[in-house]
Amino acid sequence: MLILECPCCGVTGEETEFHGGGEAHLKRFGPGSADTDFENYLFMRENPKGVHLERWRHVNGCGKWFHVARCTVTLEIFGSYSAQTLEPPQEIKDAISAKRPGWSWRDFS
Amino acid sequence: MSDTVSALQGAAFEGIARVEEAGLRGMVTFRGDLTAAKVKTAVKAASGVAIPGQRGIAMSGEGGAAAATGAAAATGAAAATGAAWMSPDELLILVPHAEADAAVATLNDKLSGTHFMAENVSDARAVFTVTGGKAREVIGKLAPVDMGAFGQGEIRRTRFAQVPAALWMHGEEAFTIVCFRSVADYMFGLLRAAAQEGSEVGVY
Repeated sequence: MLILECPCCGVTGEETEFHGGGEAHLKRFGPGSADTDFENYLFMRENPKGVHLERWRHVNGCGKWFHVARCTVTLEIFGSYSAQTLEPPQEIKDAISAKRPGWSWRDFS
Repeated sequence: MSDTVSALQGAAFEGIARVEEAGLRGMVTFRGDLTAAKVKTAVKAASGVAIPGQRGIAMSGEGGAAAATGAAAATGAAAATGAAWMSPDELLILVPHAEADAAVATLNDKLSGTHFMAENVSDARAVFTVTGGKAREVIGKLAPVDMGAFGQGEIRRTRFAQVPAALWMHGEEAFTIVCFRSVADYMFGLLRAAAQEGSEVGVY
């Protein structure tokens, strides 16, 4: 069971109050893009053993989307942050680094 | 106009706490920029209270319900007006049922030209009250909320078993629960089962 904190309404709730929305920080490649870019955008997902960045929605609550950094092995939550961002904020990166030195996830580390 | 009735027409159950369908309640969903001065004025005009802070609920006229329970509390609450913080851009404005359309008109009037939405959702909702010393227990069995840390002036949107709902306290040991009207019967069934005589867990 994950205990998540919604950065939009400040509620700390358990997993069943939220809904997972897959990988965070996807960059969309639409019409006119290269086939490989489009394929990567549409199908290629991270499946890490360890640090993962995900989208979650506070579905039985304020209804807003946000991002969560967590560990897929220990189910530890490093922090949650706004979805209106292109990369995790420094304090989230620091929180992960404190527990998982040398971590990397896609282009972030 | 036709005679409107609430979903369960005041069904009640007495167990370790008193569960009661609280009847019709005027509710207006408001969406917009809650920090704008114009919005603050309009909400104050429609609800009679200032916009509450994050997860806050502000009520006026509900004070009389604090001492009363059951039907008396429901009557007191039905006459109260107020506003509840639902999300960073959404409020629930509570008014007596007959005044919901007037509240929408007030908002439309005061905010013309602004980007916002106000909708009368009164008849899409069902309202329940859970009162009594074991009310926290009843709710704690159904919703993933730390009821030990829940206090007055706070609204919590969550789920009750399988349905979304919101709850707040309208007095000492007195909770108001709002859910969709379509699941009113399910909600009453849940609350009745959780309030069965002898079913207290003794946590709160």
